[in-house]
Amino acid sequence: MKKVGNHTSFSRILLFCLAFSLSFSITSYAQDAAAPAAAPAADAAAAAPAEGAGDPVKGKELFNTLCAACHKLDAKSTGPALRGVADKHDRAWIYKWVANSSAMIKAGDPAAVKLFAENNNAVMTAFPQLSTGDIDNILAYTSLPIEKPAGGAVASVGGGASQDGGMSNNLVLGLLVLVLAVLIVMLVMVTKTLKKVAEVKGLELPETSSVSFWKAYAKNQFLVLVTVILLMLASSYFLYGYLMQVGVDKDYQPIQPIHFSHKIHAGDNGIDCKYCHSSARVSKTSGIPSLNVCMNCHKNISEFQGDKDSTYVEHSKEFYSGEIKKLYDAVGWDATAQKYTGKQKPVKWVRIHNLPDFVYFNHSQHVSVAGVECQTCHGPVETFEVMKQHSPLTMGWCINCHRETDVKVEGNDYYKKIHDELAKKYGVVKLTAANMGGTECGKCHY
Amino acid sequence: MASNKKYWQSVEELNENSSIVETLRNNEFVEEIPTDEFLGDKEALESSSTSRRDFLKYVGFSTAAASLAACEGPVIKSIPYVVQPEEIIPGVADYYATTMNDGFDFANILIKTREGRPIKVENNVLAGAKFSANARVHASVLSLYDSMRLKQPVIAGKPASWEEVNAKVKAGLASAGAGQVVVLTGTTASPSTDKLIAEFGAKYPGFKHVVYDAVSSSEALDAFQAVYGDRALADYDFGKADVILSVGADFLGDWQGGGFDKGYAAGRVPKQGKMSKHIQIEANMSLSGASADKRIPLTVTEQKYALVAIYNAITGAGVSVPAIANKAYAEAVAKAAQQVKAAGSAGVVVTGLDDVNAQLLVIAINNALQSAAFNPAGARLVRKGNAKAVAQLVADMKAGSVHTLIMNGVNPVYTLPNSADFVEGLKKVKLSVSFSLKEDETASITTIAAAAPHYLESWGDVSVAKGYYAVTQPTIRPLFNTKQFQDALLAWSGNAQDYYTYLKASAVATGKTWNQLVHDGVAISEVAPVSAGAADFAGAAANLAASKASGKLELVLYTKTGMGDGQQANNPWLQEFPDPITRVSWDNYVTVAKADAEKLGLENWNVANGGLNGSYVSIDVNGKKLENVPVIIQPGQAVGTIGLALGYGRKEGMKKEMTVGVNAYTLYNGLNSFQSATLTKEAGEHEFACVQLQKTLMGRGDIVKETTLKDFNEKDASEWNIMPVVSYDHKEVPAASIDLWESFDRTTGHHFNLSIDLNACTGCGACVIACHAENNVPVVGKSEIRRSRDMHWLRIDRYYSHEETFAGDVTLKEGTSGLMNSISTFNAMEDPSENPQVVFQPVMCQHCNHAPCETVCPVAATSHGRQGQNHMAYNRCVGTRYCANNCPYKVRRFNWFLYNKNSEFDYHMNDDLGRMVLNPDVNVRSRGVMEKCSFCIQMTQATILKAKREGRTVNKDEFQSACSEACSSGAMVFGDVNSKEDPIVALKEDDRAYHLLSQIGTQPNVFYHVKVRNT
Repeated sequence: MKKVGNHTSFSRILLFCLAFSLSFSITSYAQDAAAPAAAPAADAAAAAPAEGAGDPVKGKELFNTLCAACHKLDAKSTGPALRGVADKHDRAWIYKWVANSSAMIKAGDPAAVKLFAENNNAVMTAFPQLSTGDIDNILAYTSLPIEKPAGGAVASVGGGASQDGGMSNNLVLGLLVLVLAVLIVMLVMVTKTLKKVAEVKGLELPETSSVSFWKAYAKNQFLVLVTVILLMLASSYFLYGYLMQVGVDKDYQPIQPIHFSHKIHAGDNGIDCKYCHSSARVSKTSGIPSLNVCMNCHKNISEFQGDKDSTYVEHSKEFYSGEIKKLYDAVGWDATAQKYTGKQKPVKWVRIHNLPDFVYFNHSQHVSVAGVECQTCHGPVETFEVMKQHSPLTMGWCINCHRETDVKVEGNDYYKKIHDELAKKYGVVKLTAANMGGTECGKCHY
Repeated sequence: MASNKKYWQSVEELNENSSIVETLRNNEFVEEIPTDEFLGDKEALESSSTSRRDFLKYVGFSTAAASLAACEGPVIKSIPYVVQPEEIIPGVADYYATTMNDGFDFANILIKTREGRPIKVENNVLAGAKFSANARVHASVLSLYDSMRLKQPVIAGKPASWEEVNAKVKAGLASAGAGQVVVLTGTTASPSTDKLIAEFGAKYPGFKHVVYDAVSSSEALDAFQAVYGDRALADYDFGKADVILSVGADFLGDWQGGGFDKGYAAGRVPKQGKMSKHIQIEANMSLSGASADKRIPLTVTEQKYALVAIYNAITGAGVSVPAIANKAYAEAVAKAAQQVKAAGSAGVVVTGLDDVNAQLLVIAINNALQSAAFNPAGARLVRKGNAKAVAQLVADMKAGSVHTLIMNGVNPVYTLPNSADFVEGLKKVKLSVSFSLKEDETASITTIAAAAPHYLESWGDVSVAKGYYAVTQPTIRPLFNTKQFQDALLAWSGNAQDYYTYLKASAVATGKTWNQLVHDGVAISEVAPVSAGAADFAGAAANLAASKASGKLELVLYTKTGMGDGQQANNPWLQEFPDPITRVSWDNYVTVAKADAEKLGLENWNVANGGLNGSYVSIDVNGKKLENVPVIIQPGQAVGTIGLALGYGRKEGMKKEMTVGVNAYTLYNGLNSFQSATLTKEAGEHEFACVQLQKTLMGRGDIVKETTLKDFNEKDASEWNIMPVVSYDHKEVPAASIDLWESFDRTTGHHFNLSIDLNACTGCGACVIACHAENNVPVVGKSEIRRSRDMHWLRIDRYYSHEETFAGDVTLKEGTSGLMNSISTFNAMEDPSENPQVVFQPVMCQHCNHAPCETVCPVAATSHGRQGQNHMAYNRCVGTRYCANNCPYKVRRFNWFLYNKNSEFDYHMNDDLGRMVLNPDVNVRSRGVMEKCSFCIQMTQATILKAKREGRTVNKDEFQSACSEACSSGAMVFGDVNSKEDPIVALKEDDRAYHLLSQIGTQPNVFYHVKVRNT
């Protein structure tokens, strides 16, 4: 405190602060600039020339609608990998096989029998509706060479158009700071010039004694009292704020045993939250889905395909595929043999939302009855690469919502009578959860 | 303010020349500190592995670790199923219908499971569910999680595998030769098991299946067999009787399998001015005696005379019988007999006398009456034990003719009176196998202790009575390496089937498919009427009349509501369950009449901490002595008789805290509950854990309101259900019209009320245990109970009258005048009568609309909900206990200690297994907070949520609390008074409804119904 005596230092400090903030904004700007932005990968498929009689573009469409449920291009699924299948078998044989494979097996075609045995005796659906042209198209698609990662997502160039907005904002801010700095420098210079002028003119400047100021201040008991009270109020405000955040785990984002990306599942693929968290409809817990739910889809999706329109820059394709392997390990799925091994290793997820034992919370009340969106409490989960606690989960947060949210009474006979009576009583058309008794202690604490 | 006061520190300082003062001035201690003692021994110091530096390192590390641990929140793991079973949704309860059958208790029940764990027993209410759950059945779910259970088979004290057991038994059976192979079981009541045992035994010559009931009904079975040919027990429906006369039968207790209270209570609630009349002749004060309109305490011998007299009066026979000594009682018996006779087919007589003649007479009487309540066609099959066969078996064993003995669900070493003979015989048996839940007294000395699964882990079928068929299904995977007796028997008889397949194949045809049968748990079928055969009733009466008193005290052995036959003695809920009559928990004791106690110098007294103490006696029955038995002076105990409960005093396979009481089975000679005994006073005093010290109502007729059927029918309700008045503005006005508080508006939404009918309540205590299970109520142990720190959210108060009747008490109280008269009268009124009237009153939080507790809570931890509940937020409570002090009903319970995960309270909440019974929807309370009945808000909330999800209004009797759900007699009804169709509305507007202590204006949401006595 004592060092603050020198007035001239004030301007210096101000200047320093400005310089500091300026430099900070510059560094952050620099970071932004350095951040890589994936260049749109060239669509190799579109560029590839048509081969043979088939049209690979049409073939891709057919492949995705009819074949992809059981076949992949480069990996074994229910059926074998199909890339290059045209080279393995005779065309006529393939036409026959696609039209009705089981007849061929019955007839004892040696290639067909062998293929059948290789694939766990899984019968392929017959596609008599496919013309030879269609099959040619599909074969053209499956004969395309493996795409090389164009340009390399690893060495992608930064600074996409999407970051332009951020940059210009920074520019404006930087300019503002610069202008302010110039102004301050000018002020200082003006003061100096004035002083010089005064010196030259021989004017006597009144002495401003800093020491006397502090002494005067100390002598003024009223001022001291006011300052002390203000200080105490301020410190208790901050202390209260500090204490109130103890045990509040907002933004808790633990590392999970399997890197599960809600962004990929709920965001990019648009899977409904309640497809996996189905018990949220009927139970107090939303439930971490059991692994058999994962396997509904992941039996066929053994590799991360990525999405060419978006960019997965944080993790590589191999990383995501590795995480799917972890799932297979846990559930005991042998992807090559397409069989469950029976060796299960339950996944020990780290629980993120931890309500204390003395709070009763029921998901079904909020999800099924009130129709609250999952995002209301859990945040934009579909954008979360790593799941975190979005809301503070404090009692104040609960109560606020209960006070502000209208009860969804439409179409629910339970509420009809109670709503009519209460609406008359309170003279309002809409009722909040609090009006219904949603802020009573015993409703959540028992 | 300077002072020259000199402060002196010891008397020595006053003496100026004291050397000590001088020494003290120089040294801090008068004597040298003996540092040498612990630092001087250089050798010891150097040999210590912990150096000073190490010590400081440890201190530093642990401090750092502790502070680090304190900074980080704990990481909680969540482990979902790998493959989730279809029927399990985490957080949603599943219910399975099953049947309890442990040879003593039978019940058709539903098991509530959460995440695959059974957590609560509820009643099956489908047609065909004959037996409701009693307190022991409700507690049986905790016995599943008993940490002392046998976890794998044991051969000769060493853990073994089932393969080894099978090999050993098969080898043993193969070498049986001419030696007897005997299967000893309790009453199985299971058609498939009986068939299986017969098939198993067919191979062995001289095979026997001996059925042994620890608590025997052998004589009643013999009598029924003599008349009807079947080894069974007549069934009774007391709802069809207008006059019920019981001679020593505690039919509201465990008499002949129990489960009569539902029918009984139905007839006891006055409807259209009519209710049944119940006369009880008995020695011990029993639940039935407590509920009776007229109770006649007689010795056992006199009960026999009374029964003959009744027989004479009803059938018109002229068997000469000695008179009952007490004139008044003799007249009362004669009057009762006339009343039964007058009732004709609406009368019924039952007896609990363990005497074939007495049992024969009852059959004769009921047939003479053509009693509608008496139902020999639908005979009960829950008792099959044969005392003679058991005696023969012990003799055979001692003679060495038994080669193999396979036991299931019995513990004869503990329960047999001649257990020493049995143990001796067991030594001569080549191969003995005991299927048991525990390494109990028997299993610990047999060759093989076979770990049996709990009934909640087993398959089975039960036919509790003719025409009733029920299925037992597992509700959880076996917790331990156990095998069912039936499965083992199949394996040993070379049948490759498992018992489930066998059961399915041999299930009795009921018209239901197997899946439907398992789903329902019960099925009923028509029964053919039976006709009585001939028997020498007159001879039986003559024999009975010829019985002579021994001149000694007559000991009546009985089973307590909490403990039954003692199978569940390691169940802390049952140990802590206060006996409905004596209100003593954690003990058995000899009950003595006041007159006899005075003769022998026996006493009960209260000590300063509120505990009840009593004298010790030793009981001598034919030279067999039971020492250090504590004494309770029991009002209503017939003079010349004493009572003692079976089922206590177990030592093996028990936690130390649970090994309480004395083993009365040692006195159970000939498996007969009546013995002649002598009492000798012993030195010392016993410390009881009794939860109620005041015995009488002191004439406060407004707490338990009573009236007679005559007044009830003839007078206006305002005369017998008097509403209290208070003085307001110098005028008497109804207490309900005066209010200190502003009223809540409760016209909208739900408003919960609980109705308790004192006429229907038999004091059975099923609600107490159900409340324990539902609300995670902790067990606190004997010494805490003794300090009145019991945690029961629901207590059943029991009051005796000081005069012969409660009405007499009120008259006496109102007749007092003057200070001296009042003091002496009130002092006298603290003692109950020799033969008092008894009343039960369940009391839980009354959920006052104007609650005194709420106004005094400094932190607003207890507050009012608009649904009528008085909420208690545990996390908000700071433990001032103001609320408990301000509660006029004394229903708040304080957590003086942490009762979970605390080795000082080594009950179920202290081990991982026992904690599996906890209800995940209810908070487990911590130390220092107040708790109380919540009106099962978790249940009402769940009901509301279910209705909301289904988009409908709540059905009229959908709301339940744990106690009302458990109440099989219909005494407790829970509901929403704002819903017009709900049955509670009519109950609340009934003339009999009143509030407890309504004069203090608390406006409770619990109301009682005036008790009406049919005198």
